[in-house]
Amino acid sequence: MNFETTIGLEVHVELKNNSKIFSPAPVRFGDDPNINTNVIDWGYPGVLPTPNKGVIEYGMRAAVALHAKINQHTHFDRKNYFYPDNPKAYQITQSDIPLAENGWIEINTNGNYKKIGISEMHIEEDAGKNSHSDNGYSYVDLNRQGTALIEIVSKPDISSPEEAYDFLRTLRQRIQFTGISDVKMAEGSMRVDVNISIRPFGQEKYGTKTELKNINSFNFVRKGLEFEEKRQQQILLRGGTIRPETRRYDENTGETVLMRVKENSEDYRYFPEPDIPDVDISDDWLNSVISSMPEMPEARRKHYVDDLGLTDYDAMVLTQTKEMSDFFDETVSFEVDPKLVSNYLQGDVNAYLNDKQVDLQDTKLTPKHLADMIKLLMNETISSKMAKKVFKAITNGEDPNEYVKKNNLSQISDTNQLSEIINNVLNDNEQSIIDYHNGKDRALGFLVGQVMKLTHGQANPKIVNKLLLDELSKR
Amino acid sequence: MSDLNSISDEEVKHIAELAKLSLNEEETKKYSSELTNILNMIDSLNKVNTDDVKPTTNMSNELARLREDKAVINKGECEALLNNAPEIENGFIKVPSIINEEEK
Repeated sequence: MNFETTIGLEVHVELKNNSKIFSPAPVRFGDDPNINTNVIDWGYPGVLPTPNKGVIEYGMRAAVALHAKINQHTHFDRKNYFYPDNPKAYQITQSDIPLAENGWIEINTNGNYKKIGISEMHIEEDAGKNSHSDNGYSYVDLNRQGTALIEIVSKPDISSPEEAYDFLRTLRQRIQFTGISDVKMAEGSMRVDVNISIRPFGQEKYGTKTELKNINSFNFVRKGLEFEEKRQQQILLRGGTIRPETRRYDENTGETVLMRVKENSEDYRYFPEPDIPDVDISDDWLNSVISSMPEMPEARRKHYVDDLGLTDYDAMVLTQTKEMSDFFDETVSFEVDPKLVSNYLQGDVNAYLNDKQVDLQDTKLTPKHLADMIKLLMNETISSKMAKKVFKAITNGEDPNEYVKKNNLSQISDTNQLSEIINNVLNDNEQSIIDYHNGKDRALGFLVGQVMKLTHGQANPKIVNKLLLDELSKR
Repeated sequence: MSDLNSISDEEVKHIAELAKLSLNEEETKKYSSELTNILNMIDSLNKVNTDDVKPTTNMSNELARLREDKAVINKGECEALLNNAPEIENGFIKVPSIINEEEK
């Protein structure tokens, strides 16, 4: 029996506004516990939440990036639950009229383009953080309480773990380009819950779905879904039934593990938030958000291909992250060849980032330094071999021009000077000349090596090769 | 009509559990009849024709006044809040272990 897979994703994205969604307390990460809180975050009796204009605006930007329809008259709702990370005992969220609905993004899976629908996108508040100890207590930090989130829910259009992975990458990219969030899984500014069900081909009714919670990388989402897909198939093939379970992905075993069986659907007793009047978004406001939207990746890709002459592939790689794309734009603004900049970013820079496991913006690399280094290479002041050294220096924040000066790295391209050295080398190595004429290629390499040695590696290898071959042909 | 609205003992227990209340048998019976009465009272609203009425999500006719996205730091307020917590340790609020109820 063959099955078809249906995957749904719920993605929470933390917005990097200055202040929280309903209170003016600052939004900051890594501070001492509870210092970014006030009476509203603590849910004291009698306090009134006031919606943050900036949050609604960021939410609108996300909606535009997701091609979603923005509801210009909306309101907040209460979702009731008891948990110490939220002292109010309810979360202010949106239930029946989300800020936006009916959007889509286009994914590219192994060259195939597919539109994945977004059923809705709403704004809500985040909860605080608990840490647990084995002394019978838990410790609560409310700094995160009230930080604005958007929740994005996909339509059941995703039909493989691979597509789920591509959806997440595309979603992160688009949100990142809007500038509203860092969208980093590792730091919790992007969080993903997934559900998956399978059904025999041709069956109309969806199968029972299982849910995977709190997975901390896109790759684990893919692997968790792959495992879950197989597990469900095996159960159905041996005549069993799928239970509506919540499971987690175990990174060590690569398997999903049962957390709990969902017996009845959760009962949060939503009702309209009585403390906040309805929110109206005027046409003027909506239009100003649309007209001030930051450039989306596809616009930059088009610019790179049409105006700068890069390939589709290069343009795609460079726009994977906003940092990389911004860095590229700024480097090119110093009037260096875009293709060379692109090659450096995809080559040495990416290798460096992978090796150090850092993000571009957390390094000491600057567009100016990279541009200056490429210029030194272009005007043959340095060789590509020297450029490796200079590249290392610019990763340490050093100015490439100063570094080259300080270390006497400039290339010798003066033909008179080089001819003299070459003649000396040839005079001292008669045997190599004979070997060369007898067809031993290694002899040429040896002679080049000797020239390099005498010039402390500073001879321009292209010119050395040419002069050496000329001279050899005469001898 | 009233039969449709009757709230069973099971439903009362479920609602009580969600509200983290424990009720004895007598209380359960009492609330079951009280909640049924409330529903019957509200039922009279269903007799009004609301075909052309927009859903009311808020009693106020005002629209929300939005706040500019400016952060305000109030250290004194934060200290007072921590001092008012039942127990604190290293700046954290200390609460009875909740690990068994993890996942909401």
